[in-house]
Amino acid sequence: MERDTHFILGVYEDEDVLLHAVKEVRSTGVKIHEVYSPYPVHGLEHVLGYKRSRLPIAAFLFGMLGTSLALTMQFYMMKFDWPMIIGGKDFAAFPDFIPVSFEMTVLLAAFGMVGVFMVSSNLKPWAQPRIFDVRITDDKHVMAIDIANNSSMEVEKIKEILKSSGATEVNNKSFE
Amino acid sequence: MAHDVQNYNLDQKFDFNAGIKKSLLTILGIGAALLVIGIVMAMAGGGHAEEGAEATGHAFHWYERLFANVWINNVYFTGIAIVGVFFFAIQYAAQAGWSAPITRVMLSFGNWLPYAALIMIASFFLMGHNLFHWWHAELFDPNSPEYDSIIDGKGAFFFWPMEKGTFPIFYIARMVIFFGFWVFFFNKFKKIAAAEDQLGGDSHWFKMRSWSAYFLVFFAVSSSVSAWDWVMSIDTHWFSTLFGWYVFASWFVAGLSAITLLTIFLKGKGYLEMVNENHIHDLGKFVFGFSIFWTYLWFSQFLLIYYANIPEETVYFVERLSSDVYGPFIFVNIGMNFVLPFLVLMTRDAKRHGVFLKLVCTLLLVGHWVDFFLMVQPGTLGHNGGIGFMEVGMLLVYGSAVALVVLGGLAKGNLLPKNHPMLEESYHHHI
Repeated sequence: MERDTHFILGVYEDEDVLLHAVKEVRSTGVKIHEVYSPYPVHGLEHVLGYKRSRLPIAAFLFGMLGTSLALTMQFYMMKFDWPMIIGGKDFAAFPDFIPVSFEMTVLLAAFGMVGVFMVSSNLKPWAQPRIFDVRITDDKHVMAIDIANNSSMEVEKIKEILKSSGATEVNNKSFE
Repeated sequence: MAHDVQNYNLDQKFDFNAGIKKSLLTILGIGAALLVIGIVMAMAGGGHAEEGAEATGHAFHWYERLFANVWINNVYFTGIAIVGVFFFAIQYAAQAGWSAPITRVMLSFGNWLPYAALIMIASFFLMGHNLFHWWHAELFDPNSPEYDSIIDGKGAFFFWPMEKGTFPIFYIARMVIFFGFWVFFFNKFKKIAAAEDQLGGDSHWFKMRSWSAYFLVFFAVSSSVSAWDWVMSIDTHWFSTLFGWYVFASWFVAGLSAITLLTIFLKGKGYLEMVNENHIHDLGKFVFGFSIFWTYLWFSQFLLIYYANIPEETVYFVERLSSDVYGPFIFVNIGMNFVLPFLVLMTRDAKRHGVFLKLVCTLLLVGHWVDFFLMVQPGTLGHNGGIGFMEVGMLLVYGSAVALVVLGGLAKGNLLPKNHPMLEESYHHHI
């Protein structure tokens, strides 16, 4: 059979059916491109077998950057640029620096994490989102399967698997 | 819908068998032996301490160190006991569902409260004069060379309505009232829990929620005032406005660690099958979060005093940081109660697995004992204090005695609140 479409979509109405369907489809060896749902489905990332997010690593690195920037700034200002005696302390009085360093750590970790998330999720302001089915913003769950990733399997076979797993509709979808 | 929790043995009871008792009694014996060694050493080593005491005009006696130790452990273990009841009440007042199967574990810590009350009141009468500087009549006599106008100004807080320097009736009344109400609320909770087990229905849950709310209001005031009374008044001149919160935070972290350890211990013995890593994760998050909260309060207190640099306030930290005995323990305190728990428990997996939690909770239990050691000893013993055989022995004796009482109380009732309306919800708890 000719491959005239890019994606096969299974449309599901119930989240429990969807969760079981994901397990079933994966067990047959079909690789799922992505599952779209109108609200977060509990345990979906677990059955899809997603690996642990690497976002915390980015948060940690950005946090460290914030700490070092804050400490460098304060040491430079207080010790070298404009030394001032405050409360009879040493110019570089470390305990005084902790609140600012803490705030800068939190600020940069948060901003950095949001930035990394946007870049890795392709959330550029000019990006055109690929809507597989408008009903995923309303009341339907959609499982998208990329045919290119499943070249070893017949398209009809995949469609059959989706049907038997509880999909109410099976559609084709391609993007320009 | 099928009730999945019915698959479990809901009538299970903790079997406080001879094996556990024997190991606890062994720890108690080791502690008592160390304590005796410590006392003998302190009695023999008295000569050295006298030299230093000569200058201040106040001779140091070996039993003062024993008194200070009794007081540290009184305050510390009272805190753990009342935090068990407090955390229990929080669950009901917040209508929490996840914690339903471990509520009885929390409540069991309250079993120590009646003993704590008796020991604390008795030891106050026996040792209060040595421990608390303010209980010296000459401080309040304007004609005496020892007259202290600042302490005279605070005297009514201890002695009202009696004359200052005589008998601290207001102080003792507060102690009795706090313990009285705490024990009363604990017994009330226990009674409602027992009735719920027998009769079922959700009316007991509503009753428990109301009583929890009353208790929390009372505890909000009493925890703070007891911290001023039992700990802050040792350094009579000095005061800190967040001291009540600081002591509460220390109690809370220690109590949460004890609750987590006991839960993991019971799970290891094969009880509480429905408590899984999701519940453990929640307890881990509490331990992690509140150890940071404790650090926040510790640092808030320190930074403001350091920054303002007012002698009346800095004396508290000068006494500790510039001392050979206590200086290192300030850093041990921060390391054990903040740095290590923060780094070890940061990841999700560490909070879900018993091994890391057991390690961190044990560390925190010792760490917060060190925190109370640092609050009590410098003001009572000065340079004669320190951590030796006596301190370790007394901690072991108290710790195993508390464990015996708490586990004994736990074994009497049901381990699971089998008619708790949220037991099913807790079973499906998933994070």
